[in-house]
Amino acid sequence: MLTEIVGKPVPRKEGRSKVTGAARYVDDLRMPGMLYGATVRSPVARGRIRSVTFGEGVPWDEFVVVTAKDIPGENAVALILLDQPYLASEFVNHAEEPILLLAHADKQLLERARRAVHVDIEPLPAVFTLADSLARTQTIWGEDNIFKSYLVDKGNVDEVWAQADLVVEGEYSTGAQEQLYIETNGVIAVANAEEGVTVWGSMQCPYYVHKALLKLFALPPERVRVVQCETGGGFGGKEEYPSMIGGHAALLSWKAGGRPVKIIYDRAEDMVATTKRHPSLTRHRTAVSRDGRLLGMEIEFVVDGGAYATLSAVVLSRGTIHAAGPYNCPNVRIRSRAVATNVPPHGAFRGFGAPQSIFALERQMDKVAAAVGLSPAEFRRRNFIRQGETTATGQVIREPVDMAGLLDRAFELTDYQAKRERFARENAAVGAGGVKRGIGFASFMHGAGFTGSGEDYLKSIVGAEADASGRVRILAASTEIGQGTNTIFAQIASDALGLNYDLVEMAQPDTGNVPDSGPTVASRTCMIVGRLVESAALGLRQTLQGAGLLADEYTEGDWREACRQYVERYGALKSFSQYKPPPGVRWDDEKYEGDAYGAFAWAVYVAEVSVDTLTYETRVDDFVAVQEVGKVVHPILAAGQIEGGVAQAIGFTLYENVVWQDGRMVNNGMTNYVMPTSVDLPPIRVHFEEQPYEYGPAGGAKGIGELPMDGGAPAILNAIEQATGVSFTHVPLMPEALMRGLSETT
Amino acid sequence: MTDSGLKVDVACTVNGARQTLRVHPLARLLDVLREDLGLTGTKEGCGEGECGACSVLVDGELVNSCLVPVLQVEGAEIKTIEGVSARGAELHAVQQAFIECGGAQCGICTPGMVLAAVSLLANIPQPTDADIRNGLAGNLCRCTGYMKIFDAVVRACERAGVKA
Repeated sequence: MLTEIVGKPVPRKEGRSKVTGAARYVDDLRMPGMLYGATVRSPVARGRIRSVTFGEGVPWDEFVVVTAKDIPGENAVALILLDQPYLASEFVNHAEEPILLLAHADKQLLERARRAVHVDIEPLPAVFTLADSLARTQTIWGEDNIFKSYLVDKGNVDEVWAQADLVVEGEYSTGAQEQLYIETNGVIAVANAEEGVTVWGSMQCPYYVHKALLKLFALPPERVRVVQCETGGGFGGKEEYPSMIGGHAALLSWKAGGRPVKIIYDRAEDMVATTKRHPSLTRHRTAVSRDGRLLGMEIEFVVDGGAYATLSAVVLSRGTIHAAGPYNCPNVRIRSRAVATNVPPHGAFRGFGAPQSIFALERQMDKVAAAVGLSPAEFRRRNFIRQGETTATGQVIREPVDMAGLLDRAFELTDYQAKRERFARENAAVGAGGVKRGIGFASFMHGAGFTGSGEDYLKSIVGAEADASGRVRILAASTEIGQGTNTIFAQIASDALGLNYDLVEMAQPDTGNVPDSGPTVASRTCMIVGRLVESAALGLRQTLQGAGLLADEYTEGDWREACRQYVERYGALKSFSQYKPPPGVRWDDEKYEGDAYGAFAWAVYVAEVSVDTLTYETRVDDFVAVQEVGKVVHPILAAGQIEGGVAQAIGFTLYENVVWQDGRMVNNGMTNYVMPTSVDLPPIRVHFEEQPYEYGPAGGAKGIGELPMDGGAPAILNAIEQATGVSFTHVPLMPEALMRGLSETT
Repeated sequence: MTDSGLKVDVACTVNGARQTLRVHPLARLLDVLREDLGLTGTKEGCGEGECGACSVLVDGELVNSCLVPVLQVEGAEIKTIEGVSARGAELHAVQQAFIECGGAQCGICTPGMVLAAVSLLANIPQPTDADIRNGLAGNLCRCTGYMKIFDAVVRACERAGVKA
């Protein structure tokens, strides 16, 4: 047996092809006879389509034109509800809603044609903000503009207000955020009645696209095939939207008799038309005793879902469950709602609702601490959840958890106490227009895997196969989107089988060849799917041993020989493993109560900032991320996940401002929507604690993908409060808002 | 925008090979590289010179190929990611360091980022932390938070024989 590969920084599987430019993304592919596709979109936010006219000077007879009437199956993007059309036919509900599709072999002529289509729309009154939607200035979706609501009710929060020594209220909000993967959305489709539908593309979830295409074309599963190409980043932004663009390209190809059609959005179209992080509003009312014990929390959490339901119900769910954080509080009530507005649907983005509600909570915790006269750290220490205690949904934390230990470690790494005192002293001496400094932190947790009964419902399957030479391939729909799926799955399988890492590889995610291991979302790939990879791999060994071809102890040579003999005798050697929930997990979907997640990652993040009170610029000078994530499968990839997530969180907090005008993003370019560059970011220092999770793979791994998005915003605003003495409650905190806030108090 | 009928000859050297390209004079160098020459390692991220995914070296200078009309490279020497290490040969020290240090995640910014790093080390063989940050500031990466990319540049210049 080899030494363990899990825990070692083995080279990324597709590293070489990426650094040499050989990796093939969808826009790098060309097919014979290929056409290019374009989308004609709504110029208004809400209205009734009166007519579509085709302008002069364009050879329209050369074009493939698709409208809603050309759809062979149902005109709805199948996800949770069926309310979002592929192509609007009568009404439009958001700016940039797709109305008509065009294809032509000449890209330049195609763009000219797209501009020559005139859509005449009778405008209807629209709703652009969460507040107007709640106030129902117009009813734009269903009976009440509400996509989904949840109620979490623990203990009896109504009785605590009278006994509380102090009641602290706060209101917090967050803006939209663009995923800004550097590769825009893109696909190629080949579709016709004889051969069915095939889509190649940049995506996170091949089986989501598969499910959507079945409905769109009214075809049986075996006639639809979806293949993931190398994908240039997703962060949630390629969870749902590939179903839309994939369907569009397939409709064009279908109309064109099966000629391949490629659609690649340019940056402006990708930013203006595809999903973003849900804007949110959170109200807190917190009851606390004089000695700083949390007695009750009442939380109202609202997210803006945009024009169609899409994933908002699930985003809301995660935001709701994380809203009360890693604290032991006997009485908690969380009411949450996802509401409709006439903007392009908001969607999945790393953290999936949790960064929004955690931002509010961790600002509120600093506020409550100040109200009871305790330091932010001491107040949290008195309330951190411990093993055996329960979360807001009544989930008993069964594993050891040591939030206070993480806090100590984070403070030690940042010299927090000394800096906090020093900055307080120094800031007092800084004159008008000087630079003030602050240090702040946030403590939080993030659940891995689908919420509640979600994993049980998905029933994910992973396969493993070995060929006659003993090479092992993992068959899973989990995609490599930069986070390291190919590498960590190979590590997990190599260790399970005691084989060399180079002997194991991942099959390309292709619904024609791999089983449905579920979507690549929700920090589930390592913990949930990785466990299935491990057991599918072990199944290969058991099969060989059961056939009497392999002893308990074996060398790589023995393995190869056993595979050779097995394949010679019986044909293919394959093994499959399906998800089963760990024992004792219970979840009540009606009451929203019970075990929300199989496991949580736990974290304390510390940010140090300087605020220039002349230019109103804020810099993050240092950032320390301390987290307990179970077994770390690959130290470099894991740290890379944390660093990248923290960078996105810093962008969310200080740089990335979606500017809306009549329900349309107007700064839809990289020039005026600004993400952090290499000169903007502080050193991001990552520290892992490892507490193995009993049901995780590779000796106890948990999920980490989304966690680093959660803590940055509140840690930074808490630090800015120390620097400036002003409590800001909205992110992104742009210099203009900082200026207003500071001038109001001076 | 362009009239596809009007074409001119542009002579240049791409990754060491002489080329005469029959192209529209205002075609973007990016499109000529990707579509006419099949050099798809050069990526389009934004099309407006912000992200650097389309970075190539023109006469040793790092440029955004989405902003360069092809007429401008008449007589120039162009190096794309495909020319950083000769086919089948050993990787360039920067490429090797990107693999070892985790400098590539999704990989879409990587070709441009590798060229930016190669260019940086050609100009400043022993860069400071600030030199590295400034040298890569024209190339956006959404995955890594840049930390592992900085590590890779440091690792590459620790190795002997770094040349553009």
